[in-house]
Amino acid sequence: MLSETFFIVDFPALLIVILASILCALMGSFLVLRKEAVMVDALSHSVLPGIVMGVYLSGSFSILYVMGGATLSCLIAVLGVYALQRYARIEQGAAIGTVFTTMFALGVVFLETYIGGRVHLDTQHVLYGALELTYWANPFEWDSMPMQIKTLSVMLVITLAFMIVFFKELRVSTFDPLYAELQGQYVTALHLIQILLTALIAVSCFEATGSILVISLFVCPAASARMLCDRMETQMWLSAIIGIFCAITGYFCAGFLPLALGFEHSINAAAMIAVICGIFLVLSMLFSPAYGVITQKKKLFN
Amino acid sequence: MNIFMPLIVKDLSCRYAGQHDDVLSNVSFVANSGEIIGVLGPNGAGKSTLIKGVLDLIPHEGEVKFFGGALKDHKTKIAYIPQRSSIDWQFPVSALDVCLMGMYPRIGLLKRITKANREEAMSYLEQVKLADYARKQIGSLSGGQQQRVFMARALAQDADLLFLDEPMAGIDQTTQDLLFTLFKDLKAKGKTILIVHHHLQSAKEHFDRILLINKILISDGPPNETLSQENLAAVYGGITA
Repeated sequence: MLSETFFIVDFPALLIVILASILCALMGSFLVLRKEAVMVDALSHSVLPGIVMGVYLSGSFSILYVMGGATLSCLIAVLGVYALQRYARIEQGAAIGTVFTTMFALGVVFLETYIGGRVHLDTQHVLYGALELTYWANPFEWDSMPMQIKTLSVMLVITLAFMIVFFKELRVSTFDPLYAELQGQYVTALHLIQILLTALIAVSCFEATGSILVISLFVCPAASARMLCDRMETQMWLSAIIGIFCAITGYFCAGFLPLALGFEHSINAAAMIAVICGIFLVLSMLFSPAYGVITQKKKLFN
Repeated sequence: MNIFMPLIVKDLSCRYAGQHDDVLSNVSFVANSGEIIGVLGPNGAGKSTLIKGVLDLIPHEGEVKFFGGALKDHKTKIAYIPQRSSIDWQFPVSALDVCLMGMYPRIGLLKRITKANREEAMSYLEQVKLADYARKQIGSLSGGQQQRVFMARALAQDADLLFLDEPMAGIDQTTQDLLFTLFKDLKAKGKTILIVHHHLQSAKEHFDRILLINKILISDGPPNETLSQENLAAVYGGITA
């Protein structure tokens, strides 16, 4: 297994999903606690107009333009949701529904108008990502390191720094925003930074692993961790560990399970990881020591 | 101690967006240090609105002064315990975590929580008789215990002016007695406490002053004056508890 191809093909792909899973699980924990997890789903649709504009402006699939465009439309979407909630007094679910369908439709319109058939924008690429296409020509050499690994590592450093430095403030403003506001704990500023980071993480992960996996990594590890612990510190590192576990298990299941079962081809890794994430959530829902459905039934009868 | 009046409210009116009528109009009062003030009135009278308006949590008109200045200059001296329904009880924090939150501004931005901080927080939990429950997740505590956790947070904050919204709603007698005793201790230290309350009898016993409101300020004074039969009939329509 640890052949040269492993380091050229599998190792960079694994590294990417592991980095993505830590990022998404950490940020996802806050979204789940704030009951805003559906936001990521909205973001995954809202990036389209930005991607199209990025492609149009750069004339090709230039990574910088596309990422910039996607981040910008994420921010517009998030601010749009908050504006609708605040000024049109629409509840959050409806506001998110309105914004992301509009943004997605706008993306389709842009796609038809500006690009036509000139540039090929692959929908599959958006959904499943291009994990299988990554390779590291000379492993451990900086120059040929896939761009996604660099981007995600930088994002991870920034995110970890933000969360460690402001952990107290994030805890109080997530738990009791009114009180935090009263105490002058920079609630609005922190929330805005969180939104910006969420958008950046979502976009950089969408690019690397596709939107399905990102949504699942944002929600499932964080929600599983919620079933397994009662402290916010534990919630954070536990969700990251669950994310890493699902990423590795899913990746190897996708690569080797079909072959072991006698099929000819391996299956899509991003999709498989998302499935593992879902299974993990269901298992923790059923068997969590404190809150599991089955565990609690058992306690009742003993 | 502050030489200024802890709270001066002048012509406070609150109205929710899109509505034509004020929920609360032209309420004026002052709060002295070392005073326990009850805010009473029927459902929908604007009791919670009054507190939220004063604390700038909802749009309002009128002038509010804290210790002779603006809210933003005295934020850390003001504690607010919201109604129970506004808290997510499933949230992964322990009683100690919540109590520590009261000390965050003192601990300071970028600083980590130390062992000394934790020990100090434990002393506040002891004051509300919850030391044995410090590590429990807040949702696993009883209603009365939960209310005491938030009281411990207010103690940790060392606030000079406390706002409590229906702290006695649906909690056990032990906790009620404990809270009333704590209020008296705080009063002795010169703190000011404003409590939204609904029980007339205990209000008479425990409060120094009562603001009786029903969209406007009906009466402001000592309990036996404000809670006269005449006033109560006007506010509650003759039905008294």
